[in-house]
Amino acid sequence: MKTTRFLALVLAILFVLPLAAACGKSGQKTTLYVLNWGEYLDPDLIKEFEDQNPDIKINYTTTTSNEEMYTICATEGSKIDLLVPSDYMIERLIAEDLLAELDLSNIPNFEYVKQAASTCTFDPESKYSIPYLMGTLGIVYNTKLVDDPVDSWDILWDEKYAGKIMMYDSIRDSIAIALCKLGYDLNTADPEQLREAGELLKQQKSLVLAYGTDNIKYDMIGGNVALGVDYSGSATEAILENSDLAYVVPKEGSNIWVDSMVVLKSSQHKEAAERFINFLCDPEITARNSEYVGYTTPNSKAEEYVDPELLAADSYHISEDVIARCKYYKDLDADTLALWNSVWMEVKTATK
Amino acid sequence: MTKFWNFCKRFYLVILLIFIYLPILMLMIFSFNDGKSMTKWSGFTFDWYKKLFTNPLILESIWVTLSIAVVSSLVATVVGTLAAIGINDYKKWQKNLILSVTQIPMMNADIVTGISLLLFFIFTKIPRGYVTMLISHTVFNIPYVIFSVMPRLKGMDENLYEAALDMGATPGYAVRKVIIPQLMPGIVSGFIMAFTMSFDDFVISFFSSQGVISNLSIYIYSMAKVGINPEINALSTIMFLCVITLLIIINVRAERQAVRSGRRPTKPKKAR
Amino acid sequence: MNRKKAFALPYIVWMIVFTIVPLLLILFYAFIHKTDTGALIFTTEYIRSALSGSSMSVLLLSLEYALITTVLCLLLAYPAALFLWQLRSRIGSIVNLLFMLPMWMNFLLRTYAWRALLDMSGPINRVLQWLGLPGQQLLYTEGAVIFGLVYNFLPFMLLPIYTAFTKIDRSYVQAAEDLGANRWQTLTRVILPLTRSGIITGVTMVFMPAVTTFVVSRLLGGSQTMMFGDLLENQFMLLKDWNTGSALAVVMMVLMLLSMALVRKSDDGVMPGGM
Repeated sequence: MKTTRFLALVLAILFVLPLAAACGKSGQKTTLYVLNWGEYLDPDLIKEFEDQNPDIKINYTTTTSNEEMYTICATEGSKIDLLVPSDYMIERLIAEDLLAELDLSNIPNFEYVKQAASTCTFDPESKYSIPYLMGTLGIVYNTKLVDDPVDSWDILWDEKYAGKIMMYDSIRDSIAIALCKLGYDLNTADPEQLREAGELLKQQKSLVLAYGTDNIKYDMIGGNVALGVDYSGSATEAILENSDLAYVVPKEGSNIWVDSMVVLKSSQHKEAAERFINFLCDPEITARNSEYVGYTTPNSKAEEYVDPELLAADSYHISEDVIARCKYYKDLDADTLALWNSVWMEVKTATK
Repeated sequence: MTKFWNFCKRFYLVILLIFIYLPILMLMIFSFNDGKSMTKWSGFTFDWYKKLFTNPLILESIWVTLSIAVVSSLVATVVGTLAAIGINDYKKWQKNLILSVTQIPMMNADIVTGISLLLFFIFTKIPRGYVTMLISHTVFNIPYVIFSVMPRLKGMDENLYEAALDMGATPGYAVRKVIIPQLMPGIVSGFIMAFTMSFDDFVISFFSSQGVISNLSIYIYSMAKVGINPEINALSTIMFLCVITLLIIINVRAERQAVRSGRRPTKPKKAR
Repeated sequence: MNRKKAFALPYIVWMIVFTIVPLLLILFYAFIHKTDTGALIFTTEYIRSALSGSSMSVLLLSLEYALITTVLCLLLAYPAALFLWQLRSRIGSIVNLLFMLPMWMNFLLRTYAWRALLDMSGPINRVLQWLGLPGQQLLYTEGAVIFGLVYNFLPFMLLPIYTAFTKIDRSYVQAAEDLGANRWQTLTRVILPLTRSGIITGVTMVFMPAVTTFVVSRLLGGSQTMMFGDLLENQFMLLKDWNTGSALAVVMMVLMLLSMALVRKSDDGVMPGGM
């Protein structure tokens, strides 16, 4: 009987505590529900913001993909106030009228990201979104294993490097690479262009060691893979760990992306959300955050606070000509996306 | 010959244990690595451990994970064990039907279960958060308990239970005193399995909490885009050492008690 | 006899509310088409597209991987359970628990650890080189996927089988030996039938989840083929096509329920004779 009573007690505590904790914390405070990518914000900054703004408590959760973010936020009854989706997902959220218009007068630090924000084709006037971090898609290569100059996507089809190439395991990125190599638009809806891209990726399959995501970085650090497609921030981390590595955004052009902070229309705490956005646009804060995450800050004044070692990496600083030859992804409509998906499925199910 | 045979058996178990523990060891070693990668050793550091204790996100998600795992697997164990006892008495077709439906949360892809539960919570207007995550975990935990307990019910001596009832025991009393003790190993393994499933679940937790709370798995899986933070390796190492220590203490105490009370550990019974 | 049935009632209510109703929602999505005007029409279009050649080949491949995994897990776990049972029962259950413990470390983390172990410059290849053998590309192969799956699901096979073993009255074994059965006969004629239900539970717990996992194939297999889990995720998340996604789930469920019904049928047929 003793054990039963003990168990009951444990159960009671376990049930009551989280509830009590939730109540205690949100007494008079505003709870701001923030949804971000994992490892995409220095956790110390949350504490710092809460100390500076004692009336706000941040409820921070994380996710893996834009699509998951969308499902969580666009589904009825969502509590999320602030989220940080990428360009094409913001385009969709705007089109579906899910975002609140921001009051820029509440975000004085906006002036530092203004310039970057104006290049955001999905929301050039920053009515709904404030840039958070950005990056490019490019090639990381090991200078000890690659003698040829790396400046074109073509090298990923070079038989010399068979079995030493890592491709990115994502529909959008892999097909975009093939499209760029062919000189087509990376947001194309043209079935013929997509078919050609698919053929190209199928040809490439026998040269590819594996399709990866964050593991590409580890393979590059390990030093046995010659070429890997990766995002710039991930590349920076690899370059800092292994000095033989270098990063390039090929001359044919590539994808540039920006993750921006947006507030949902359903949010009850828009003013608090704007305060948090303003906090994250502070040059010193964003520099610290950028160092923690490894991706580039769009903040024009932040560079002076960023660690010089990080600034020196080719992958960290995004130059004007890179911006000029890169494009944002656009939100593809359902039929186009289905077309892309069927091309990718053919590539994936093809025998090596 | 027997000696050699016994050695082989133990050798086999040891090899399997090494196979099981190799990655754990790897995680533990690299929780001290002065770098984020698990492929390159860049020097010894305690940094990840220090950072871990100041990371409010991790600390909060540990709490959510543990409390959900304990509560949902306890509820699942009670409901599931009773269900297993009861199901056995149904007609064969009814039993088969119930067991088939029971399998569904086990065999469905997590994403399907996750989305269907999200739809269900929207449909019934239950606000998403701790409670919905708890319910969802219990949903996929119960089958593991039922399928752990069922095998032990098979071929169990029914007469004992009937005898207890004939002698005036209430069904509840008879179940507690006659059936449950015989089922105990199955119940324990069901609980362990349920706890493990709950501890490790990502997809269903993610959809059923809809961004309101986060457990460790959500935290870990969502790092996959940017990279695994070694603080998590440090945390795993600490948790693992805690569990192992607990296990050792419990067993040493039990062993001592057994010795003190003169009860020898059970040996194979001789045929009567 | 009827008195015990009541114990299952709370579960049956629970099952109807939290398993059957959500399942009906999935069936709804799989069979009902919502037109632009909001009208609901019954359609088999989604099921037909789920049964298309390419998704079926993906499902078959996943089933194949799951089957190989299940067989290997069974071959590894059965002897392990037998040997554990032959140990002193206290020691046996402690060692059994030791097999379960690693599962309390996150599955993704353990898979990352295997990725690092199998890496070209990882510890396993270092040992090979130290022995004077050439380095092997272990990672990103089919073998690595099977290996990772077996690693992950082995405890799920071991636990139910070991539980079934602990139920065996050791006097049966003694009796068989007294009656002149050799080791092999004791194993196949006495022990195996008595642990059959544990095997079936183990197979259920390994085979079904193995069909839809994809983390292992992504991380250890280099994502070179598409698994059924990938397909489902693409349908639900990327394409937002919950209809076809649900239809895929329904097709898979029907297939698996049928196969499990077959297993159960053979189980029921054999049990009385086996006892």
